[in-house]
Amino acid sequence: MKKELWKGNEAVAQAAINAGCRYFFGYPITPQNEIPEYMAAHLPEVGGCFLQSESEVAAINMVYGAAGAGARVMTSSSSPGISLKQEGITYLVGSELPAVIVNAMRGGPGLGTIQPAQGDYFQATRGGGNGDYRTVVLAPSSVQEAADLTAEAFDIADQYRNPVLVLMDGMIGQMMEAMTWRPLPRRELPPKTWATTGTGGRREKNIINSWRSSGALLEEHNLHLAEKWRAMEAREVRWEERGAEGAQLLFVAYGTTARLVAGAMEQLEARGVRCALLRPISLWPYPAARLRALAEQPSVRAVFAVELSLGQMVEDVRLAVEGVKPVGFFGRAGGAIPTPREIAEHALDFLEGR
Amino acid sequence: MEPWDRRLTVLAGHYGSGKTELAVNLACAIGDTGRRCALCDLDVVNPYFRAREREAELSRHGVHLVASRLQGPEADVPALPAEIYGVLQDRTQWGVVDLGGDGAGARALARFAGEIDPREAQVLFVLNANRPETRTVERAAASLDQIRRVLGLEFTGIVNNTHLCGETRAEDILRGAALAQALSGRTGLPVCWHAARRDLAEKVTALGAVLPIRIYMRKPWEVEDYDGEGDH
Repeated sequence: MKKELWKGNEAVAQAAINAGCRYFFGYPITPQNEIPEYMAAHLPEVGGCFLQSESEVAAINMVYGAAGAGARVMTSSSSPGISLKQEGITYLVGSELPAVIVNAMRGGPGLGTIQPAQGDYFQATRGGGNGDYRTVVLAPSSVQEAADLTAEAFDIADQYRNPVLVLMDGMIGQMMEAMTWRPLPRRELPPKTWATTGTGGRREKNIINSWRSSGALLEEHNLHLAEKWRAMEAREVRWEERGAEGAQLLFVAYGTTARLVAGAMEQLEARGVRCALLRPISLWPYPAARLRALAEQPSVRAVFAVELSLGQMVEDVRLAVEGVKPVGFFGRAGGAIPTPREIAEHALDFLEGR
Repeated sequence: MEPWDRRLTVLAGHYGSGKTELAVNLACAIGDTGRRCALCDLDVVNPYFRAREREAELSRHGVHLVASRLQGPEADVPALPAEIYGVLQDRTQWGVVDLGGDGAGARALARFAGEIDPREAQVLFVLNANRPETRTVERAAASLDQIRRVLGLEFTGIVNNTHLCGETRAEDILRGAALAQALSGRTGLPVCWHAARRDLAEKVTALGAVLPIRIYMRKPWEVEDYDGEGDH
């Protein structure tokens, strides 16, 4: 398969088109602008529709409408814009509508900066909107993976009738890398009999709604949704592992940070410190069981989480490790990116109890 | 004929063709010859991987950086520095102009086009055959034409900068040379030179004019391409 040079944001957009996405609604914000730019140029070529909305709030509600009509639809934004979409996301979940939402995270809080960050982990994995809900959250670490996960996100969304978040940072969106377009396995999906496509006088009306007329009915709806969360937890956990058998130091990092940690690991290995890395690919559901099993290995003396934030995923690391080994943390925030050397020094200090 | 044969070099092309990497390398090579040289970073399109992030390395080669000074190197402010007039008008210094991608990026120079004397400028179309939007001669010609229409200057040549970031092989550069030749046949523009990472430059000497380049525009986890004293 021939390799080509793609920018992360463009690859995400082309992967969505390949996966059958024909509708994109969004509003510009750096560092994800190449996604709407690419969609504007290329969706019309396949009979699709790109529309720049008047705001992020309008865009996510257009997504709601297109998803309700059974279309494959996507929106993308960056951190402050994703905050604006939270109401729409909880309505999509409550109404059981599939859609893909891409967040190329930048420094926050508030307007923040345009530099890459991972400060939206809580918002993505805990739900920034109201109510008891979950969304599968996928975190690519390369341009190739950004394309592959975006394509698969459409199948996951349709399978569970639930929105899926692709959580990358500005670096994944902006960087160029070699990649290939390979055929990906597609899931067997049920027909969208629930979509509001017109009854044609042959069936009852489909109603898409997150409202229920009583607490009892709403609890019933919540319990039905919770069955979907359990199914996602059973089937959608994914991660990557690398590093040596007999590792003393177990790193946990996702996205861009995992690339930085790989550099830190090389430096530590050269100094005789055996290292391993667990890279969560699904941030929800989290690969907690695998992390716990790795942490329990007798060789592992410490677990060390690294993030482009001041410590968000590390809470999931602590929940998974449950105190069987000490958990350390190093992070930079607001768009600052640590060097592999900086990560290595902090991890070594923690391992040595300094 | 050296790549810096003319006093002013304008680099334009599609997103990801590698204009910034070339601009930094070319400016440093000119600086190393002892000429007074400025790099004008007019990229108002990309938020990351801009030449202004490499000011320290440029200054080590005696290259003066001209870039938007508003709010520092990381800001998303599409402001153009007045200082560029000095580089375009002062015939005692060499200048390299790095533009953002496509017509959108080239537009930043259009307002200065009248200040550029065509007799002392080379305006180069940077070509990467590994980019999907310029991988065929038809697409490359369409990209060149789209940029030409907003630039306000005529291209004087083509530079083959075919690469795959860290995965570039000599075959990529040779394939890019063939595409550049085909584009030359279609447009009448000469293929001026080929860029090759230093370790690949010796494998493509058959191409003639090759500019060996270092990798300055690294990703944050990539190891520094050594640029110390005596390493030339």
